[in-house]
Amino acid sequence: MNIHEYQGKEILRKYGVAVPKGKVAFTVEEAVEAAKELGSTVSVVKAQIHAGGRGKAGGVKVAKNLDEVRTYANEILGKVLVTHQTGPEGKEVKRLLIEEGCDIKKEYYIGLVLDRATSSVVMMGSEEGGTEIEEVAEKTPEKIFKEVIDPAIGLQAFQARRLAYNINIPTELVGKAVKFMLGLYTAFVEKDCSIAEINPLVVTGDGNVMALDAKMNFDSNALYRHNDILEYRDLEEEDPKEIEASKYDLSYISLDGNIGCMVNGAGLAMATMDIIKHYGGDPANFLDVGGGATTEKVTEAFKIILSDKNVKGIFVNIFGGIMKCDIIANGVVEATKQVGLELPLVVRLEGTNVDLGKKILKESGLNITAADSMADGAEKIVALVK
Amino acid sequence: MSIFINKDTKVIVQGITGSVGLFHTKQMLEYGTKIVGGVTPGKGGTEVEGLPVFNTVVDAVKETGANASVIYVPPAFAAEAIIEAVDAELDLAICITEGIPVMDMVKVKRYMEGKKTRLVGPNCPGVITPEECKIGIMPGYIHTKGHVGVVSRSGTLTYEAVHQLSERGIGQSTAVGIGGDPVNGTDFIDVLKAFNEDPDTYAVIMIGEIGGTAEEEAAEWVKANMTKPVVGFIGGQTAPPGKRMGHAGAIISGGKGTADEKIKTMKQCGIKVAATPSEMGETLVVALKENDLYDRCVTHKAKA
Repeated sequence: MNIHEYQGKEILRKYGVAVPKGKVAFTVEEAVEAAKELGSTVSVVKAQIHAGGRGKAGGVKVAKNLDEVRTYANEILGKVLVTHQTGPEGKEVKRLLIEEGCDIKKEYYIGLVLDRATSSVVMMGSEEGGTEIEEVAEKTPEKIFKEVIDPAIGLQAFQARRLAYNINIPTELVGKAVKFMLGLYTAFVEKDCSIAEINPLVVTGDGNVMALDAKMNFDSNALYRHNDILEYRDLEEEDPKEIEASKYDLSYISLDGNIGCMVNGAGLAMATMDIIKHYGGDPANFLDVGGGATTEKVTEAFKIILSDKNVKGIFVNIFGGIMKCDIIANGVVEATKQVGLELPLVVRLEGTNVDLGKKILKESGLNITAADSMADGAEKIVALVK
Repeated sequence: MSIFINKDTKVIVQGITGSVGLFHTKQMLEYGTKIVGGVTPGKGGTEVEGLPVFNTVVDAVKETGANASVIYVPPAFAAEAIIEAVDAELDLAICITEGIPVMDMVKVKRYMEGKKTRLVGPNCPGVITPEECKIGIMPGYIHTKGHVGVVSRSGTLTYEAVHQLSERGIGQSTAVGIGGDPVNGTDFIDVLKAFNEDPDTYAVIMIGEIGGTAEEEAAEWVKANMTKPVVGFIGGQTAPPGKRMGHAGAIISGGKGTADEKIKTMKQCGIKVAATPSEMGETLVVALKENDLYDRCVTHKAKA
C-alpha cells in the first residue's frame, strides 16, 4: 500500500527522523494558512499524489511569499500531473504539502528495501541524491553502497556510520546521519514497510540532516496489524475497480486491453494475459479469484470485469485445485443472471469437479464457448472480440 | 525414487482443525499420504478423522514419529508455526499459508540458519510424489508416476504443466511448488540440485514468474552443474512494471525481474523456454527427444 509524502513524514517524525516542518492542505486557503503558520521566509508547495517525478511535471514550486503560495496552490490543486509513474492519463492533485524551505548544501540518497538474495533488509546509500536510484545503479554503480542488515540484531550504528562515511556525509554531521538512518530502519521494521526511500536526504546550511522527500510503501500482508497505516489509505489514488475487488479479497489489476480475464492462481492469471497477447489480443485485467472463492465472490469478480467499459469479451480460465470447477460455473451462471451477458464468453475448465462444472454451464442455456485448453480458449476469445 | 517425500514420509498437519486444514487432510488421506496426526493448540487429546490432535508439534513428533509437517495456519500465526516445526527438528515443513508478512519470513529465515529442517513455501501448493505421497493442496488425480521433475513458483501453473505431461503419457517423479513469496524456504537451486541427484528423475520443468532474480541464478546453476535437460516457462511476460501481480513476489521493480531478462538468461544457459504456457509439455517432449530420453519418460498411455 502506498501513502502520501506528508503521511510518510508524519511517521518518520515519530521515529526521530528529521523532516522539514510542514502541513497538509486541501484548499488554497488552507495552503496560505499553513504557510502563515510555518512562518518561514521561503515555503515549498508540493503536490501530493502517489507517484514520483512530481517536480519535473510542475508539481513542486518554491514560494517566496504568501502571494506566491496562493498562486502556486491555485495552479497545482486540481491540476492533472503526468509523470513517468502515473501513466499517460496522469493523476489529479487533491492535496498539497506546504513545507518550510531549507538551505540545501548537498543531496544524498538513502533507501531501505528487502533484498531477496539475502532474505534481509538492505540499506542503500549514494551521494548522487535527487536522481532516480535506478539510473545511478546503471550509470555509476560504484556510487551505491549497501549494508545488509541482520534481522536478529537490526541495523548497527557502525553500519550506519560506515554508510555515512562511504557516501561522504560531512564528518561533523555523521552523528546526525547515523541517528537518521537508525530511526528510518526502526520505522521500516516496526511498520512493515516494503520500501522506504529518502530521495533526497539533504544536508542543510544550518547543519541538519533531513528527509526532503519520503516514499514509503507497506507490505499489504501486514496491514492487519497496523491500523494507523490503514488510516492513511487514500482511495482516490486507487482504481475504483481495484478497490471493489479488494473488498471481496480478489486480486485485480486494471489494464488497457479489451479482453476481461478471470483466472484462479496468480501464476496462471499472468500466464493467461501472456497467452492472450500471444494470439494478438489485449487483456483488460489481471484477476486472480484465489483458492477459496465462493459463488458470491466469483459473481462479484464477474461484475467487476463487466464494469470495465473497454471489455469486449471475457475469458474464464480455471485449473481447479482447491478451487472447484462447479463453484466457478455456478458463479458465472449467477453473475450473468444478475447483470446479463451480451459479450462473448469463453470458458476453459480443468481440475477438481471439472465434469460437474461443464455440466452446469451446458445446462444453463447461456451462450458460452467452451475451450479445451488455455491456448484454445485464448485463440477463441481473441477471434470473438475482433 | 523421488525427492523430499515418498511413501514412507510421516506427516502431521499444523492447523488440522481449521476448515482449510481439515478439508485438505481428508484429501491427502484419500490420496494415500501417511498422515499420522495434527496440531492445534488447545485441542490436544481430541481426534480428527481418526487422527490424534496434539497441543504442540514436539508432542506430536514424540507420539507419532512424524518427520514432516504441513502448515495450514492463518497468516498472522504461520511464521511462528514454521518456527515451531523447525524447533521440533522435523526434516521437512511445508507451509501452504498465503499472506504471511514478509518481515516475519525474514526472521524465520534467519532463525532457520544452521537448523536441520527444510522449509518449502510459504504461499505454495506443496509437494507431491505421485502415487506415494501428496502434501499440500494440489489436485492429486492429474499426477502420474514417472521421471520428470517439476518445480514452480506458481500453484496453478504447476497443475497446468503436470496436466500437460500426464496427457502426453509422461509421468512425474516429484512436483515441488516453492511458492510465490519474495522470501521462501526452498529455492529453485535447492530443488534442481535434488532432482539432479535423484536417479529416477531424467528431466526437469522449471516454471518461474516475474520479480526477483531467482530464475537467472537457477539458470546459471543449471549451466554449471545440471546433467539433465531442463525446460522452462516464465509467467508475466505482459505484466506492467510496478504492479504486484497477485503473488507478493511477482513485481517488476526498478527495471529488475522482467520476464524478458529471465528468458534471455535461461536460453543462454541452455534451457529451452516455452513461448506460451500451453507449450510447456510440448517443449519438454522436444528436449526429451533430443536427449534420447523420450521413450524412457513415457510411463503411461497418452490421452488421445
